[in-house]
Amino acid sequence: MTPLLSVQSITKRYGPHVGCADVTFDLFPGEVIGIVGESGSGKSTLLNCMAGHLVPDTGKVVFDTRTDGPRDTIAMSEPERRMLSRTDWAFVHQHARDGLRMGVSAGGNVGERLMAVGERHYGDIRNKATDWLARVEIDETRIDDRPTTFSGGMQQRLQIARNLVTGPRLVFMDEPTGGLDVSVQARLLDLLRGLVRDMGLSAIIVTHDLAVVRLLADRLMVMKSGRVVEAGLTDQVLDDPQHAYSQLLVSSVLQV
Amino acid sequence: MNAYNFAYLDEQTKRMIRRAILKGLAIPGYQVPFASREMPMPYGWGTGGVQVSAAILTPEDSFKVIDQGADDTTNAVSIRTFFERTAGVETTTKTSEASVIQTRHRIPEDPLIEGQILVYQVPIPEPLRFLEPRESETRKMHSLEEYGLMHVKLYEDISRHGHIATAYAYPVKVEGQYVMDPSPIPKFDNPKLGDMAAIQLFGAGREQRIYALPPYTNVVSLDFEDHPFEASKADHPCGLCGAIDSYLDEVIIDDAGGRMFVCSDTDYCENRQAAGHKGKDAA
Repeated sequence: MTPLLSVQSITKRYGPHVGCADVTFDLFPGEVIGIVGESGSGKSTLLNCMAGHLVPDTGKVVFDTRTDGPRDTIAMSEPERRMLSRTDWAFVHQHARDGLRMGVSAGGNVGERLMAVGERHYGDIRNKATDWLARVEIDETRIDDRPTTFSGGMQQRLQIARNLVTGPRLVFMDEPTGGLDVSVQARLLDLLRGLVRDMGLSAIIVTHDLAVVRLLADRLMVMKSGRVVEAGLTDQVLDDPQHAYSQLLVSSVLQV
Repeated sequence: MNAYNFAYLDEQTKRMIRRAILKGLAIPGYQVPFASREMPMPYGWGTGGVQVSAAILTPEDSFKVIDQGADDTTNAVSIRTFFERTAGVETTTKTSEASVIQTRHRIPEDPLIEGQILVYQVPIPEPLRFLEPRESETRKMHSLEEYGLMHVKLYEDISRHGHIATAYAYPVKVEGQYVMDPSPIPKFDNPKLGDMAAIQLFGAGREQRIYALPPYTNVVSLDFEDHPFEASKADHPCGLCGAIDSYLDEVIIDDAGGRMFVCSDTDYCENRQAAGHKGKDAA
């Protein structure tokens, strides 16, 4: 089976500091990988390198494209990479404001990716936007409201709708539940789990919340100081952590 | 008049501007950066258009300036006088007699012919500016032809007003490549941009950009399949000349709700009146 995304020894340095070092893994279609670790462990650097927002110093990110098969996205031309990032890829930011256009209505936010890939029929765009708002549990009467009038949880759900409307195959998520209160988190996670299963999405989720990965991820990577210190099935890593840092991480979770 | 070089600007500056114009003509719709000079007028009064005019004027030219279609408004009069003094060129108010026409916010009603040059004053040359504030990003969007965002603006119009409410500075696509801001001309004038016999030059002084449309360029106004572009105007005849095909200004004439509609192109209106056409408000 061809991996959907094959990451091969990615290294990114910021001057003398190591962002992430020598990270290698494969992501298969339909699989969800969680990346956990403390702040500054290089999770977001790695995610940004994979999503094309940062250029790694060494390594390859090979994506199985629909038309040409596996291609190294770092070596491909910028128009191709940007095309990929608005069709087959999606990126969910931690702060919805980074991923949304705050001055544009909810419908316009969802429709932007459609228009970016050449959709030119207002009625169709509108219908798809309405459909997607319903799927992320936003009332369709809010379609012409700006995201500034939305609550934090609604903004995050709108960001997800905006990203998934073009039917991507790979979703990058950077702390999708960060900054939301726990009941909203639970609802968002439930929604995400449903969408990932229904659409057969592959996803890479960066988080420091172990509950999120327990719920969503099939496999887990634990990062410390830019390196992957442990990797394996989520339940296996969380129930029987081998590395000292993983043990610390798991034991640090507050039990209510 | 020897205190200034011909047409105010020095020859080196004019060469620099001409190079930018030639590059603009070679790449229709592409915004060419140029080293805009300070002109003896405030930004927003046509400093870009004036520099383009200064660079292309020759002593044999006949020069016309219109402001919202009119020859006799402040902006038009002052720029016309400026070039009368600094270049000594012949000036005219007749569209058909002018070889260079500098315009603010209108295209003359009479079709322009080969050999004429239309110079636009442009306040904000970047059509994507209010959607994407970063210049680095808009340049990349132009170079990669990522224009989905332009349609987001039109989408917002329809969702809010039920139709595309953008009435001026309506974005166009040039030769299937660059999306261009046609300066704040009413969208009524958009169809005239394409296939025009005259050269069209656009100068933005404050923003330091020049762009151009060579004669007979393909220009398409952006729209949706189910909301096609429509060139709109006030649904009235001209009060003075009775024209039904020209762009109209609405003029309030008293404090009791009285108003009249008149051609914004004064030369066109005067020609029609001279030919005996009469509107209902004509004295």
